[in-house]
Amino acid sequence: MLSIKNLHASIGDKEILKGINLEVKAGEVHAIMGPNGAGKSTLSAVIAGNENYEVTEGTVSLDGEDLEELAPEERAHKGVFLSFQYPVEIPGVSVTNFMRAAINETRKAKGLEEMAASDMLKLIREKSELLEIDRKFLSRSLNEGFSGGEKKRNEIFQMAMLEPKLAILDETDSGLDIDALRIVANGVNKLKSEKNAVVVITHYQRLLEYIVPDFVHVLLDGKIVKSGDASLALELEERGYDWIKAENR
Amino acid sequence: MDLKEKLVSSFMAFEERIDVHSELHDVRTSAIKNFENKGFPTKKEEAWKYTSLNAILKNDFTVFPKNETAIEFKEVKKYFLHEVDTFKLVFIDGVFSSNLSSTTHEGIDVCLMSSALNKPKYKTVIDTYFNQIASKDESLTSLNTAFAKEGAYINIPKSKIADKPIEIMYFSTGSEAALMVQPRNLVVVGENAHVQIIERHQSLSENPVLTNSVTEIYAQKRAIVDYYKIQNDESQANLVDNTYVSQQKESHVYVHTFSFGGNITRNNLNFYHYGENLTSTLNGITIIGDKQHVDHYTLVRHSQPNCESFQDYKGIFSDRSTGVFNGKVYVEKDAQKTNAFQKSNNILLSDKATINAKPQLEIFADDVKCSHGCTVGQLDETALFYMQQRGIPEKEAKALLMYAFSNSVIEGIKIPELKQRITKIIANKLGVKIGFDL
Repeated sequence: MLSIKNLHASIGDKEILKGINLEVKAGEVHAIMGPNGAGKSTLSAVIAGNENYEVTEGTVSLDGEDLEELAPEERAHKGVFLSFQYPVEIPGVSVTNFMRAAINETRKAKGLEEMAASDMLKLIREKSELLEIDRKFLSRSLNEGFSGGEKKRNEIFQMAMLEPKLAILDETDSGLDIDALRIVANGVNKLKSEKNAVVVITHYQRLLEYIVPDFVHVLLDGKIVKSGDASLALELEERGYDWIKAENR
Repeated sequence: MDLKEKLVSSFMAFEERIDVHSELHDVRTSAIKNFENKGFPTKKEEAWKYTSLNAILKNDFTVFPKNETAIEFKEVKKYFLHEVDTFKLVFIDGVFSSNLSSTTHEGIDVCLMSSALNKPKYKTVIDTYFNQIASKDESLTSLNTAFAKEGAYINIPKSKIADKPIEIMYFSTGSEAALMVQPRNLVVVGENAHVQIIERHQSLSENPVLTNSVTEIYAQKRAIVDYYKIQNDESQANLVDNTYVSQQKESHVYVHTFSFGGNITRNNLNFYHYGENLTSTLNGITIIGDKQHVDHYTLVRHSQPNCESFQDYKGIFSDRSTGVFNGKVYVEKDAQKTNAFQKSNNILLSDKATINAKPQLEIFADDVKCSHGCTVGQLDETALFYMQQRGIPEKEAKALLMYAFSNSVIEGIKIPELKQRITKIIANKLGVKIGFDL
């Protein structure tokens, strides 16, 4: 589904990704782990099409289609979803209206009619229950004054609404207490199917106890230096990153 | 002959032609003298530093249109509200159109200034209110006073509630190559009385128009006045709107100004307080482009204790458009416990667009809460990326952010259909069709 080949990307003059190769197939969960500054968030931003980063070499493709020329919204329409590490506050736009705009713009791009208001409400009800979100919350301005945990839960709620093909969760576990973590993980697990894929970007192994990855990759200084199964995450938890750094010196 | 000379020299002929009670003769004469002394304002005056009328004044404006032009309702239907019934005062090239209007004298008076000025039964009201709060010093207001003849006359007596909104509509047809009109409105709202008013100046052609309008609003004890100004005019239409509000205790007057078009628009909005525990609300949204210019010049004069004023002006400027916000809050020594808040937030969408924002607080009382904040910025790039990531295209995402930016003012519109219409005008201005309202 997602195929990344020799990806190099930089911001300004600084090269951050230095030749990433990654294959993610439908039905798989991949975890990307690594220390601060390794390029984890850059990788997710580049996949989502953030224009602050320049791809200098290599390709990112989804189901065989090169994403390079596509705007962020076009990638979203093709099923790429990024759960932001720092969700943006948008005063004056309610969660509900934001979702209505997102869903209807996506439908429009696919040549579909706008979703009927009653269907939209039903969908919102169903998905907010899944994430245990109080419905009062949905009429509040998007992310404005939300706690860290509420913001992250809201990200997964949006993911549930949009049903993406490829979901990238960038540090979704940071700022979550154990109950919220369980709710979020439960939501992700329920949305997982043989047709979609999840890439979990995280510092810690904690989230991976709930969302069990098929593959774990270690990102170090802009490259994937080690890949393995779920046990690699446990090993990293125990031993930290220094031994991998030493191996790669 | 320049426009000033033309106006001054036509004054005598004008006075001879109209038949109004003679007390006004002195008022008019001193007004024209003041205008003659001061002339049109220039950029040398502090109050007009950022707005020049010079280019407009070069037009050879007709001051008294010769022909009456009729218009069919269907041609102008789109400028009115449809879903709610309204009283209508419609003027075409400065002349009242009885065909298009819907006046009333049942319990409340919604009629013409010309009859109010002429008929004895209105004399007490005219003597008490006409030209009382309007400035006798400001030259354009004086010019209007000198030629004041026609406009809206609205009198809502004590404890009456105008059960329909009142639409005041000034059309200019383009029958003259260039036209100057000077509408004069008087709104008197009695104790405990309520009224909603929508005022619009609309040119129906590309010919230059200069409107110099004066509106006096008197809100008695506990009166509620909700006043909307819609400025979405053609590219050669110019408007100087002078509005003076006088408030008695516990009254609440809202003036919402929506400036979406026209060539040069200048809003002089003045609030004066004559009682305690009253509230003044001044809201505005300005969305302009090309070389359009909108200048909000506001004054709130707090003279009494325990009063509040709120100002919330949002501006979005693209192309080479220019905006001005000059907001003056004056708190007199006796006006203790004043709450006065002022905000002017602006977004510049182009490098060539300009906003001059100048808050002025002059506070002589020591126990007050006053604040002002002016911001100028661009749209938030991270917010745009976030929205695009959710599938909302860049253009729509920008529009959504701009809606959200204006939302605090849109939320204040209390007539649902008007709210919808304003939202739609904004969507058109931003070139998007969005399937939701905020």
